[in-house]
Amino acid sequence: MRPFSYMRADAPKADAAASFLAGGTTLLDLMKLDVLRPERVADINGLALSGVRLDAHGLHLGALARMSEVADHAEVKRHYPVVAQSLMLAASPQIRNMASLGGNVLQRTRCPYFRDTSYTACNKRNPGSGCSAIGGVNRLQAVLGTSEACIAAYPGDFAQALVVLDAEVEVQGAQGRRRMRFAELHVAPGQAPQRETTLQPGDLITGFSVPAGAWTARSLYLKVRDRESYAFALASAAVALQLEGETVREVRIALGGVATVPWRAHDAEAELRGKRLDEASATRAAAAAFASAQTHGENAFKPELGRRTLVRALLQAKQMEA
Amino acid sequence: MPDGIGTDHQRIDGRAKVTGGARYASDVMLGNVAHAWLVTSAIARGHITGMDEAAARAVPGVLEVFSHRNMHGAVAETEFFAKGGYVGSTIRPLESDRIWHDGQIVAMVVADTLEAAREAAFRLQVEYREEQPAAGFDAAGVEVKAASEGGFEDPEVGDADRAYGNAEVKIEAEYSTPTQHHNPIELFTTTAHWVGGKLELHEGSQFVHGLKNGVAAQLGIDPADVHVVSPFVGGAFGSRGSLTQRTALVAEAARRLGRPVKLVPTRDQGFTIATYRAETRQKVKLAAGRDGKLQALVHEGWEVTSRPDPYKVGGTATTARIYACPNVRTKVNLVHADRNTPGFMRSPPELPYMFALESAMDELAVALNMDPVELRRVNDTQREPIKGLPYSSRNLVGCLDAGAKAFGWERRNPAPRSMRQGEWLVGWGMATSIYPTHIGAATARVTLLPSGHARVQTAAHDVGTGAYTAIGLAAAEGLGVSLDKVAVELGDSDLPPAPVAGGSNTTASVCNVVMKACDEIRARRAQGQQGAIEVYAENVPEGLPPEAIGKLYQGRNALGGGLEGGKQAMAAFGAIFVEVRVHERTREVRVPRAVGAFAAGRIVSPRQAHSQLTGGMIWGIGAALHETTEIDHRTARYMNDNLSEYLVPVNADIQQLDVIMLDERDSQANPLGIKGIGELGNVGTNAAVANAVFHATGTRPRHLPVRIEQLLG
Repeated sequence: MRPFSYMRADAPKADAAASFLAGGTTLLDLMKLDVLRPERVADINGLALSGVRLDAHGLHLGALARMSEVADHAEVKRHYPVVAQSLMLAASPQIRNMASLGGNVLQRTRCPYFRDTSYTACNKRNPGSGCSAIGGVNRLQAVLGTSEACIAAYPGDFAQALVVLDAEVEVQGAQGRRRMRFAELHVAPGQAPQRETTLQPGDLITGFSVPAGAWTARSLYLKVRDRESYAFALASAAVALQLEGETVREVRIALGGVATVPWRAHDAEAELRGKRLDEASATRAAAAAFASAQTHGENAFKPELGRRTLVRALLQAKQMEA
Repeated sequence: MPDGIGTDHQRIDGRAKVTGGARYASDVMLGNVAHAWLVTSAIARGHITGMDEAAARAVPGVLEVFSHRNMHGAVAETEFFAKGGYVGSTIRPLESDRIWHDGQIVAMVVADTLEAAREAAFRLQVEYREEQPAAGFDAAGVEVKAASEGGFEDPEVGDADRAYGNAEVKIEAEYSTPTQHHNPIELFTTTAHWVGGKLELHEGSQFVHGLKNGVAAQLGIDPADVHVVSPFVGGAFGSRGSLTQRTALVAEAARRLGRPVKLVPTRDQGFTIATYRAETRQKVKLAAGRDGKLQALVHEGWEVTSRPDPYKVGGTATTARIYACPNVRTKVNLVHADRNTPGFMRSPPELPYMFALESAMDELAVALNMDPVELRRVNDTQREPIKGLPYSSRNLVGCLDAGAKAFGWERRNPAPRSMRQGEWLVGWGMATSIYPTHIGAATARVTLLPSGHARVQTAAHDVGTGAYTAIGLAAAEGLGVSLDKVAVELGDSDLPPAPVAGGSNTTASVCNVVMKACDEIRARRAQGQQGAIEVYAENVPEGLPPEAIGKLYQGRNALGGGLEGGKQAMAAFGAIFVEVRVHERTREVRVPRAVGAFAAGRIVSPRQAHSQLTGGMIWGIGAALHETTEIDHRTARYMNDNLSEYLVPVNADIQQLDVIMLDERDSQANPLGIKGIGELGNVGTNAAVANAVFHATGTRPRHLPVRIEQLLG
């Protein structure tokens, strides 16, 4: 860890040189590993950005609401189960008590080569240096949205719930407040994996809005992992369904643990809309979701696991009482 | 009501541990202490070609940057522990520019504050000339040697190959077990403090007399001038049994700086500055008649070790002797690679080798169409087959019966994929557990005061096992007092020496010598002696030479018992039964319940024994499903060196665990009839889990850990 200056932010104003500190569960971790070396850290915990509110338009979440608060919220669990589940199935109780929602969606990858500065080659950490994960230890890394420059998986869970419900994110920046589709927040690595989001220096996420919809109640988050708790997804699926009888009127699908960014599976959704939801149609949708998958040795199992995870999630959502 | 052996009692050190009263080595804070931070190598093989210290030395508060430039010759070469020395690795960091493995210590920065030491360490620039390392089995450049070249005796009897060729039913399979790291919660902390030419060391240790003598040899000082303080140990599991090389470096730094130096290495550094469980590959051939009686057993193992050190796992010493089999052939091979030296890790030989044997037994049961419990019963024996030594006691059959009954084994449908619950495939598997019973030469001092209070002093170690309580109970029984009148002092090299806390020997070794002292006190009282009575006792178990005590004072272990030597074979046994659920689509494996039944001699402290066996089974579940150190085979480096990605079971993974302790009297093993239980619980559990996964899915997992990708096919 290197010396830095610490300040408490008293207003959500732009400070292009500062790293924002909320729960600290990613920032401090990476500072101790020498991966992040901010000169200034602005503690935003004093800002009035918490709060969880439901109304006729949807669900409104402050960026400083803690993961545990939303995961345990009775109304969220009832009307937006995919949101509550994605938070409850993430991390550990201690981390959920600390981590903020705004920080959560910006959680950095767990690619081991990104987190170990003794590896020179990491395009995300050291642009243009190469990718050590390709051909290396990459069991947990991505198969969707990858490039020759980077296969680092997006590690979070909550973002899949936001993507699947077409949430908006509110950002405070140099030009004031703006809103954008959450799906436009993260960018796939392409040739510039060091750029992970469309945020500008000094931008601060202040909240999220999840629009109400006929599909939010029949939604779920299924996370498949090596152990029962406190593990990153090997594959996960966020699913929201609106059914008429057994026919899919509307469906939203997002995938986690398999992609470089929170991954909306539009092709899979297209396979299902207007169709009867059953094993066969779910299997076709899953095949479409992973049609473009690229594997790299250790993670060769992920497309198959991802397809099975999605089929299971879809059939499970169909069985929900909503 | 006097307490004694068998009294159910809470840990006598429990309150101190949960209130912060117990001071671990990491808690020790001396006045004027300087802080050390390690810099470890970014390559696994090659040389250091340059080190730019300017930026590091410029950090305010930095006192010194120690490297091979100023530490060459400071730490003497000492023998590998297996060759009669003290160290778990003979690779001396800071001795030269040579890099032997990933994460080797290349520099140690010492500063007034922890923060300054860390920042300076980050600013130290090290240049290397890298050579292509060999990471393990499949790499070019590894050197394979028979373990027998180093003196290991490969157990063998009869003509296994001929018997295998002639047998009616046979199986042959290859298994593998991964690199695993102990990851005790307490890091590999050392604080060194010189007072008047004498060295005081605060370090969690499984062998304080070994540490004392070893550091003295490394630094060229009189062992009498070294004092090791280690009253509480935050987990060890074998990682603190032999010396690591960091201790001498910290001591030397403190000597040169003239002030105490404290080192608290990071979690990831712990993966490379201490030992770990060696990766193995194994080939097993079993042959039997239609009646299930074994006719041939062939067990070969290959184990990864470092370039210089011949650490061997050698579990064939156990697998060759557990069942009645007239024809046995075994061989162990060491594969020398560019890795740090592996070492003891809970049930070192048995955990990997019994996984292979007990998986193979399950495969044989399938081939025979025989119940796997019945197969073990058919092959039970009261004599180990290699030399024909009688077991001092052996109640595997009792464990099989009690475990099967408690588990409800008779309701098992033997056909794979035949049992399910909703979307989950259900599998039931079992395996035998065994752990050799060791006892070492030991000494203790016991004092009985006229008030009825007693004090027990011995340099044994409570590494979280409950040794304080077990030793206290033995003394309470020996003196006829209640446990709350007994003070137990352990973990200090100024106390009379006791053996390493390894091989599950502590309870047997120490309780027997403590009882000897108590007997002497009672005899003196009976003779009319008044006042405080202090007795120092030594115990040399049968089969060990009298000089074992002298060696113990020199920090050299003398452990007897076990399966291989002497006039009898000594071991504790168990039978593990496991239920798994495997999701029919996504193939997660979960363990809703397990039963372990154990026959392990006289149970001294039932509550802690229960805890040990439960913890052992949890460890076994983790060894089966979770634990593995991921290695980048291009660079021979560990990649998941943190507790987030080095997986062990979390609470949610462990549901119902039942431990049954059978009553067993063994008058032959040692006077008190005590067998060790610290390692018994995890042996066999991994195989029981894998066998249950086969029963659930029809897919035979032969490679640990059993993860989803093995089961998706």
